[in-house]
Amino acid sequence: MLSRTALTSAFRQSSRHISPRPVVTSAAAWSPSARSQQPATFRIQSPQQLRFLSEATRSAIEKAVGTKPVVLFMKGTPDTPQCGFSKASVQILGINGVDPDKFAAFNVLEDDELRQGIKEFSEWPTIPQLYVDKEFVGGCDILMSMHQDGTLAKMLEEKGVLVPVAEEETQKGDRS
Amino acid sequence: MAESSGITAEGIGAALKEKVGATHVEVEDLSGGCGQMFQAVIVSPQFDKKTTLARHRLVNGALKDEIAAIHAWTPKCYTPEQWENQRKGG
Repeated sequence: MLSRTALTSAFRQSSRHISPRPVVTSAAAWSPSARSQQPATFRIQSPQQLRFLSEATRSAIEKAVGTKPVVLFMKGTPDTPQCGFSKASVQILGINGVDPDKFAAFNVLEDDELRQGIKEFSEWPTIPQLYVDKEFVGGCDILMSMHQDGTLAKMLEEKGVLVPVAEEETQKGDRS
Repeated sequence: MAESSGITAEGIGAALKEKVGATHVEVEDLSGGCGQMFQAVIVSPQFDKKTTLARHRLVNGALKDEIAAIHAWTPKCYTPEQWENQRKGG
């Protein structure tokens, strides 16, 4: 097996360097109301506030899901997660050696429409939510159990979204 | 109760027995009183031959309103057979 610590630190380093990009991309692509600042407080949503998913929201989410092979909808950012479950999910992806270049994170706390819309889009009530190749994988506890029984590593490898072993040793050269 | 989510472990347990045919349910309120965080062990024959994702979807569908009102929901879904093995093993 590959060394866990090496992969984790590779992911961390790169993710620190890379995470602003997906978040900025997401804000730009996401919606005109996207704010760069995080809301100061959590907004509490009651079930009554749930809306029907509009065509515009649906297509924006479809686009978001397709930005990278691995897409995580989370609370906060990979560097500063705002929820323990989101944090755990980012860590699991890091431990498994997901290539930061193939990873994008969307902060649902930046946009209420995304926060509600993604739940309806995925038919999944909680956040975080992981997509791989536009396919819904699950939330934190599914990720955790897939990590523990090895199916996550297998799936990520099959999808070709891990940091290439040679590449992590040397500093990143060009990719084919 | 007035300032909490209004969701209780008992309510979730009853809904699971009714809607997903759970034969055994252990719901734990981890919220410390606000009713926002729950963990559940759910045993149902309906989970047979279903993936984890499909099991969770079944449960989440049955508890749509309850889950919408809470922050954290961690279901652990077992078939009666798996649960039996789990208990023997653990």
